[in-house]
Amino acid sequence: MSPDTLLRLYRRMVRIRIFEEKVQELHRLGKLPGFVHVYVGEEAVAVGACSVLRDTDHITSTHRGHGHCIAKGADVAPMMAELFGRADGYCRGKGGSMHIIDTSLGILGANGIVGGGIPMATGSGIADEVLGRDGVTVCFFGDGAANQGVLLEALNLAAIWKLPVVYLCESNQYMEFTPTTDLTAGRIFRRGEPFGVASMEVDGNDVLEVRRVVGEAVDRARRGEGPTLIEAITYRLSGHSEGESAFVSAYRTEEEVDSWKARDPITRFRDLLQTGAGISAARLDSIDAEEQEAVNEAVVFAESSPFPSPDEALDHVFAPAGG
Amino acid sequence: MARAYFMAAMNQALRAAMEEDETVIVMGEDVDRGVFGVTRGLIDTFGANRIRKTPISEAAFVGGAVGAAAAGLKPFAHVMFSSFFYVAMDQVANQAARLRYMSGGQVELPIVYFAGTGPSGSAAAQHSENPHSILMHTAGLKVVMPSTPYDAKGLMMAAIRDPNPVVYLADLRLSRRRESIPEDPYEIPLGVADVKRQGEDVTVVALASLVHVAVDVAGKLESDGVSVEVVDPRSLVPLDWDTIVASVRKTGRLVVADPARRLCGLAAEVIAGVSERAWDSLHSRPCRVTWPDIPVPFSPVLEGRLDVGADDLEQAIRTTMGSPVVAGSA
Ligand SMILES: Cc1ncc(C[n+]2csc(CCOP(=O)(O)OP(=O)(O)O)c2C)c(N)n1
Ligand SMILES: [Mg+2]
Repeated sequence: MSPDTLLRLYRRMVRIRIFEEKVQELHRLGKLPGFVHVYVGEEAVAVGACSVLRDTDHITSTHRGHGHCIAKGADVAPMMAELFGRADGYCRGKGGSMHIIDTSLGILGANGIVGGGIPMATGSGIADEVLGRDGVTVCFFGDGAANQGVLLEALNLAAIWKLPVVYLCESNQYMEFTPTTDLTAGRIFRRGEPFGVASMEVDGNDVLEVRRVVGEAVDRARRGEGPTLIEAITYRLSGHSEGESAFVSAYRTEEEVDSWKARDPITRFRDLLQTGAGISAARLDSIDAEEQEAVNEAVVFAESSPFPSPDEALDHVFAPAGG
Repeated sequence: MARAYFMAAMNQALRAAMEEDETVIVMGEDVDRGVFGVTRGLIDTFGANRIRKTPISEAAFVGGAVGAAAAGLKPFAHVMFSSFFYVAMDQVANQAARLRYMSGGQVELPIVYFAGTGPSGSAAAQHSENPHSILMHTAGLKVVMPSTPYDAKGLMMAAIRDPNPVVYLADLRLSRRRESIPEDPYEIPLGVADVKRQGEDVTVVALASLVHVAVDVAGKLESDGVSVEVVDPRSLVPLDWDTIVASVRKTGRLVVADPARRLCGLAAEVIAGVSERAWDSLHSRPCRVTWPDIPVPFSPVLEGRLDVGADDLEQAIRTTMGSPVVAGSA
């Protein structure tokens, strides 16, 4: 793999991490309204997966969607403005953290409904098939979402119609404050097998492995060989939602969190780049600094953006007919 | 008597109901912790057999409540945010609301479907619904939406004991409300409205958190010589027409304040029902104060545009009273 590609992966992961840490800081300062769920610790999944997609390919995302959007190419400035509820936000302040959408980048939306994106991704695959495009859709969903019945309905549809969809489960071990394994029978990735859907797991904290496995699934999908179900094993290093410690007592041990911190996907990849690819720490530091700068600028952009006018609340309920 | 928060009041009733009747069970996501506080602590007393933490599978546990009820339990299903009713709408509307009727009255379905509801501050379009009108329209579901801790506790007791599916919606804007309530269990029957403030000139039927807005506006208008009566229906199915109509017959004027969309909403229903029953006693055109017909937006500015505020209600009351609206009055 070329150093350029490696550095591109590194840069995207760092961008997500810095964006999310800034979001956490802003939330603590009381600057962000509403619910905020950050992606810290899971960056390798979104970045590895989206690195094999074209701009014209689609993704569906979740309530924890910032990382997916950035990985698919979203600009951190309008993202940040959206989180602030401003007029220059991706959704003009209508959506917020849980609903970032940029259809021009194939981002069909973060989603406040757990499992909500699964049928949508399936439908995007139907569109590619009907219109004869060689597009692929990656459906990000959580391990908690795997217990929504629509997953089985969607997998079956995708299997019988050989849809070009990659169902990518982010097994970050928790659904809110409950360990997923407490309430989940069997392994999630095995749920594709009875449908004849190619099914596998991958180390979700290893960006190159995610890239390889999703890459193969995407190639199969483009060749018309149908869907894949992939379970990426990862961990959310932060809370379920920002500010949760005010109302929930601890639900995981420090040792557990520390053991996953030791497997931090960014630190791991950084070490690999230095030792395996001979990239200097200074080069990586300069990427970190550039991304920090970009995120800082995004905050300035967001805070100087006006609020939408109140009456904009009335717009966009329907598309104008007869255009 | 002891002071209790809104959600804690419901928790007291649920606990008492579980103590008196061992067929009462709880199902829902993270109910051991209790996302809003209604189920908090119950697992320590009643154990995991009766306090059932579910996976994120709304269709399965909302529909599961129907089967469990038909087979002898009294399930309390914790749907979390009321927007999530839509995820399980088949189970609510086609199953829970239908089974008794379709079976010619063979089954009773003593279910409580509980959810926190309404905008709670930039929770955006998928976590801010007030779906009471949709649920009212279903036929076969009772619908409750209290405004005070006292009412919340008494109505919860009645909802759990009721032999029918009852949708119990707890306005999230009331979470910080606290008042002294009896510690022992008590029941407030479903279908009995409460006059939260007596008045002579205009009836305001207000729901959930808007009851408090209405009482505040009424206090303010008193100094202008307008006497406002505030009626809190508390339960929407059944709706206490007697109390509402008696109030309008007394005042001759009606404003309905509903924190929900306008089209086919509670406000429309109340105005239609009063017009049919007490047309002759109306001195002026009834008025409704509602959200516009839009999804709930994220940005605080946009959410504020959607919300029913004290200004909106005051204007509506003044319009109904026939006095000119004072420009810039707030
Ligand atoms: C239909 C629905 N049910 C419940 C919720 C509340 N909720 C939000 S996130 C979440 C946990 C989701 O877990 P998972 O799918 O594993 O995603 P993660 O948060 O771990 O990324 C829950 C229960 C919701 N938003 N939508
Ligand atoms: Mg999870």
